[in-house]
Amino acid sequence: MTPNETHKKTPNTAPVIEIKGLYKTFGKDNHVLNGVNFSVAKGENLVVLGRSGSGKSIAIKCLVGLVKADKGEVNVFGKNIVKFNENQLNEIRLRIGFLFQNGALYDSMSVRQNLAFPLMRHSTELTAKQVDNAIKETLESVGLTEAIDKMPSELSGGMRKRVGLARTLILKPEVLLYDEPTTGLDTITSREISDLILSIQKKHQTTSIIITHDMACAKLTADRLVILKDGIIEAEGTYEALEKSNDAWVRSFFS
Amino acid sequence: MVIYLKSIFNDAGNIILFTARFFKEVTKPPFETKEFIRQCYEIGYKSLPLVAITGFIMGLVLTLQSRPTLADFGAESWLPGMVALSLIREIAPVVTALICAGKISSGIGAELGSMKVTEQIDAMEVSAINPYKYLVVTRILAATLMVPLLVVFADGIGISGGYMGVNIHSDINIVRYISQVFESLDFVDIIPATIKTFFFGFFIGMIGCYKGFTAANGTESVGKAANSAVVLASLSIFIIDMLAVQITDIFF
Repeated sequence: MTPNETHKKTPNTAPVIEIKGLYKTFGKDNHVLNGVNFSVAKGENLVVLGRSGSGKSIAIKCLVGLVKADKGEVNVFGKNIVKFNENQLNEIRLRIGFLFQNGALYDSMSVRQNLAFPLMRHSTELTAKQVDNAIKETLESVGLTEAIDKMPSELSGGMRKRVGLARTLILKPEVLLYDEPTTGLDTITSREISDLILSIQKKHQTTSIIITHDMACAKLTADRLVILKDGIIEAEGTYEALEKSNDAWVRSFFS
Repeated sequence: MVIYLKSIFNDAGNIILFTARFFKEVTKPPFETKEFIRQCYEIGYKSLPLVAITGFIMGLVLTLQSRPTLADFGAESWLPGMVALSLIREIAPVVTALICAGKISSGIGAELGSMKVTEQIDAMEVSAINPYKYLVVTRILAATLMVPLLVVFADGIGISGGYMGVNIHSDINIVRYISQVFESLDFVDIIPATIKTFFFGFFIGMIGCYKGFTAANGTESVGKAANSAVVLASLSIFIIDMLAVQITDIFF
């Protein structure tokens, strides 16, 4: 199946993110990405599927410069960031939010401090009162105002992800990258996180890339899906189209 | 064998690059003053009880062990001076640095290692915050400044331990004891011994940070980072001490 066969929703605006022929190899012969191509339009939710080790996380880490690509183009907001230095990357990173698999909350800081940490560094003109208000407002948007003075060790898995999301949202990113947002959560909490992803997209008009193994989350959140296999895009399209694909391997994700 | 040697040279090269980055970043604003002060508190203030206990025992035991030999020569009156010289020139700096390698270097290695494994360092980086500056520069600076202060503190406590040791077998006035201590000391004894402690502190902080910051993924690597930080920091303390003594010997 060619990627375009099942592609239903063609982005009608210039892509916010565009990856062209991306290659990444670790060590001598661990070829993780072998020429990945995909793009995401403004306001679109793209879900990336694939088996463990297929290179999904590496691909989105290339978007924020956490992993340097060996070859190819990573165009973010129209700029190829592959050869960017730290300062140039930081300008891009301020416009992108990244939700890590386990939230990646700073263990030594309370929830309040976790949220204040990036905000106070990048918005130095804000008063303590304004910072506090922004923290409360952001926590409210993820439904966790009561956890403001808790330490990360006191939070459940779902709460950690919500706080991680709040910490990302406080910088008002235009693009959100979710690395397995529902992994390790029960069905109800997974559903809540998926709903939260949708409500954030609606409220802030963000563009999102969601890496997941959770098909319920994919069904709910995806405008379009891509499936990675051995470091290349094997299939691309809407949930409904891929579910009825002629390729048994593609269909196996949906069964 | 070749692979082992390759990994040693690889590590040495990476440590040099890691250290070079420290000197590049330390002078560039913004300065993380708040975190630096917090680290001084964590590294310096929280190590005081441990350093105090070991310092006191060092002074006491050294006095008790040296006394019989000096008594054989009828030179017991040299005891305060000898204990003070041994403590200040060698024992207090090295033992305190080793204690700090165990407490501080392993602590930093484990803390940064677990931050690395749980993607907290990556989270900092994607928030456009320089994790090297926030986590590494502050810890290395704090260790470089706090270890010498802890050594000076251990010197003082060790000398007071010596006073107790002397008084177990004889009776000496505190004023006389202190005056005997200072009579035997010169700036040449204190300054080189203090200068080397800055290097001890720098290496304790730097090795802990390097091992933690470069920890591989997986919880196992956190333990490895803490363990190898202690081993390498302790080894580097002995090497620096050997070099410092040789250099002091040439100049003084």
